[in-house]
Amino acid sequence: MEVQQFYYDNKIVKNFLYATMLWGVVGMLVGLLLAFMFLFPNLTDGISWLSFGRLRPLHTNAVIFAFVGNAIFAGVYYSTQRLLKARMYSDLLSKINFWGWQLIIVGAAITLPLGFSTSKEYAELEWPFDIAIALIWVVFGANLIGTMIKRRQRHLYVAIWFYIATFVTVAVLHIFNSLELPVSFTGMKSYSVYAGVQDALVQWWYGHNAVAFFLTTPFLGLMYYFVPKAANRPVYSYRLSIVHFWSLIFIYIWAGPHHLLYTALPEWAQNLGVAFSVMLLMPSWGGMINGLLTLRGAWDKVRTDPVLKFMVVAITGYGMATFEGPMLSLKNVNAIGHFTDWIIAHVHVGALAWNGFLTFGMIYWLVPRLFKTKLFSLGLANFHFWIGTLGIIMYALPMYVAGFTQASMWKQFNPDGTLVYGNFLETVTEIMPMYWMRAIGGTLYLTGMLVLVYNIIVTIKNGSKVTDELAEAAALQNVSKSRVGGEGWHTWLERKPIKLTIYATIAILIGGIVQIVPTIMVKSNIPTISSVKPYTPLELEGRDIYIREGCVGCHSQMVRPFRSEVERYGDYSKAGEFVYDHPFLWGSKRTGPDLHRIGGKYSDNWHFNHMYDPQSTSSGSIMPSYKWMILNELDKSSTEAKMEVMVTLGVPYTEEEIANAQQHMLDQGTQIEKNLYADPDFASTYEADKAAGGEDFVEMRNREIVAIIAYLQRLGTDINVADLEE
Amino acid sequence: MLKFVKNHMDSIAGIEIYPIISLLIFFIFFVVLFWWVVTAKKDYINTVSNIPLDNNQNHTEL
Repeated sequence: MEVQQFYYDNKIVKNFLYATMLWGVVGMLVGLLLAFMFLFPNLTDGISWLSFGRLRPLHTNAVIFAFVGNAIFAGVYYSTQRLLKARMYSDLLSKINFWGWQLIIVGAAITLPLGFSTSKEYAELEWPFDIAIALIWVVFGANLIGTMIKRRQRHLYVAIWFYIATFVTVAVLHIFNSLELPVSFTGMKSYSVYAGVQDALVQWWYGHNAVAFFLTTPFLGLMYYFVPKAANRPVYSYRLSIVHFWSLIFIYIWAGPHHLLYTALPEWAQNLGVAFSVMLLMPSWGGMINGLLTLRGAWDKVRTDPVLKFMVVAITGYGMATFEGPMLSLKNVNAIGHFTDWIIAHVHVGALAWNGFLTFGMIYWLVPRLFKTKLFSLGLANFHFWIGTLGIIMYALPMYVAGFTQASMWKQFNPDGTLVYGNFLETVTEIMPMYWMRAIGGTLYLTGMLVLVYNIIVTIKNGSKVTDELAEAAALQNVSKSRVGGEGWHTWLERKPIKLTIYATIAILIGGIVQIVPTIMVKSNIPTISSVKPYTPLELEGRDIYIREGCVGCHSQMVRPFRSEVERYGDYSKAGEFVYDHPFLWGSKRTGPDLHRIGGKYSDNWHFNHMYDPQSTSSGSIMPSYKWMILNELDKSSTEAKMEVMVTLGVPYTEEEIANAQQHMLDQGTQIEKNLYADPDFASTYEADKAAGGEDFVEMRNREIVAIIAYLQRLGTDINVADLEE
Repeated sequence: MLKFVKNHMDSIAGIEIYPIISLLIFFIFFVVLFWWVVTAKKDYINTVSNIPLDNNQNHTEL
C-alpha cells in the first residue's frame, strides 16, 4: 500500500488562536465595563455609542462569536486534519473563513455601538452581516466536508460528528432566525418577517440552540479530541459517546421554548419545551461523565498539569450548567429565576467555565506544540487557573444571591394585599453589593486572561516559527465487499460523511418543525384582539429608537400571569397584543421594570425628565441618561419605506396612512410638545434655547425624544377596558 | 397539552397516527442505536477510540 506524504496546515490554527486571544480580551473588557455600569450608571455619560444598551450586544456577540467562535475554528482546524489524516480541503477556503470571520467581527464592533441592531438576542447584527455570516459559515462547512471526502482515515471519530452537527444546525438556525426584510438596500435597517409570539418562538429556538450548537456541540467535539490528547489515553467510553451524540442533538433542538415559560406563547409549546429540557439532563451528563472519566487512572496528572486542571473545571462547569438548565426549565423554578440575575449566573458558569476554561486548556496545550517549545511559565498558568476559578465563583455566587433576593422581593405581599416592595428600585438597591462582587469576580477572571496572553506571547517569542507539519498515511482503498462483510449499520454510517450529515440534519429538523410550523400556521394559537391596532408612524419611529438603544437589554415587555406581576405592572400580556411587533421585544432580563403596561402611567414630562436624568425622577436608579435622544433630530426620511415593509409583512397600513405619514408624525409630535409645556421648567428652558437657537434650531416636535415618548405612551394600552367600552 | 394542535389538525384524515409514528421513530431509533452500541465489537471500539492518539495505525482495513 502506498504511503502518501502531506502537510498539516498549522498556520491557520495559529491565526485562529491569535484571534481567539485578541477577541477574548476585547469581549471580556466590554463585559467588565458593563459590570461597572451597574455601579456607576453614568460612567460613559452622554456618549451614545458607549451606552449600556448598545454595548451589551457587543459583549455577548464578542464573547460568543469572536472569542468562542475563533476558539472553535482553531480547535476544529487542528483536530480535523489529524483525525482525518489530511490537510484541510482548500487553503483558500481556510483563509476566506479566517479573514471573513474577522471582518464580520470588526464590522460588528463598529455597527453595534452605532445602534444598528435587530434587537434579537445573539442575532443583533443587521441583514448585511447576516448574509456575510451565512456565506462564511458555508465556506467553513465546505472546507470541513471537503476534508472528509479526501481523508485518509476510514472512520470518522466522534469529534467529527459533533463538528458536522455544528455546521448544519448553526446554518439552519441562522438562516431561519435571520429572515428579515431590509427597509432599503442602501441602509442597515430591517424588520423580522415574524411578529410577536412567532418571532419569540423562532428567536428562542435560535437562541437556545445557539447555546446548544455553537457553545456546546463544537466544544464537546473539542473535548473528545483534546482531553484524550492531554491525558494521553482514549476516551472513557466510545460507546457512550455515540449514544451521547445522537441523544444530544435529537433532544436539544426541542428545548427552546423554556425561555418563554409563562409568556404569551401557547401552552402546548411551553410544555413541550419543558419536557425535552428535562430529558436533556441525561445526554448532557452522559457527556460530562465521559469527559471526566477519561481521566481515570490519570488524576495524578491533574495535580501538576495546568492543561488538565483547566479541562477538569471546564467539564465540571458544563455539568453544573447542564444540571441547572433543566432545573430552570421547570415552570415553578423558572417563575423565580426568569428575568433575574440567576440567568446571568447560569450563562456565565457556561461561558466562563465550560467555554473559557476549555479554550484556555486548549491554548496552553496547542501553543507549545505549534511553536515547538515549552510553555514559558507553568507557575503563571497555575496562577491563571486559580485566579480564573476564583473569578468564576466570585461572579456566579453573588449573582445567584442577587437573583433569589430580587425574585423574592418582587413577589412579597403585605397582609392587606399590596406589594411590600411596590417600588421596583428598592429591589435593585438591595442587590447593589452583589453587583460589586460580580465586578470584582469579572476583574479576577480578566486578570487571568491577561496573564495567559503574557505567558503565551513570551512562549511564542521563545519558540520557533510555526511550520506546516509533515505527516504520512496511506490513501484510502476502495471498500471491497469482503471488508464490509458483517459490519453494523452504524459502522457503515461512520464511513459516510455525507449520509451522516444528512441524518444529523433530519434529527435536528424534526424538533424545529413540530414546534414552529403549528405556531405559524395555526391561527388560533394567537387569538386576535380587535382593538389592537398598528403603531402610528411616530410610534413606529419611536419603537425603532427603542430597538436602536437596546432598551430590551434591561426592560421586558411581558407581564406574566402572576398576582405579583399583575399587581405591579397591570394586566398580564396576551398573545394577540403583539401581532404587529416586528420584531418582538419581550426581553429576557429585568434590570429595570417591565414596560408592557407603561403607556399612560406617567406624564410626557416624566418621561422627558427621566430620559434626560433618570436619577432626578427615580432616586438611586441605575439607568443611564439618554441626553442625545432629547437633542437629536428624528430621522423621518424612511418612515414611508418602513411602513411599506410592514405592509409587506402583513401590517394593515392603508395607502392613505402611508401618504399622510409625515403630517401624522408632525401632528402627534406637536401634541406631545404641547403636553411638555405643562412643566414650567421645560417651558422656560426650551423657550430660551429656541430664542438662542437661530436657524438650525430643531423644534421639539421633530426630535427623537418625542417619538420614544409616543411609543412608550402607546405600549400596552390597546386593550384598555375603558377604550373598549367607548 | 396537545389540545391546541389537535383541535386544528383533526381535519387531516388519520392524524391520530402521527404522534404514534413520531414516538415510534424516536423509540426504534434509540433501541437500534443501543443495540448496535452494546453489540459493537470490542476491537473496533478500541481502534476507533484510539484515533486521536495518533498511534500510526491506519485503519483502512476496517
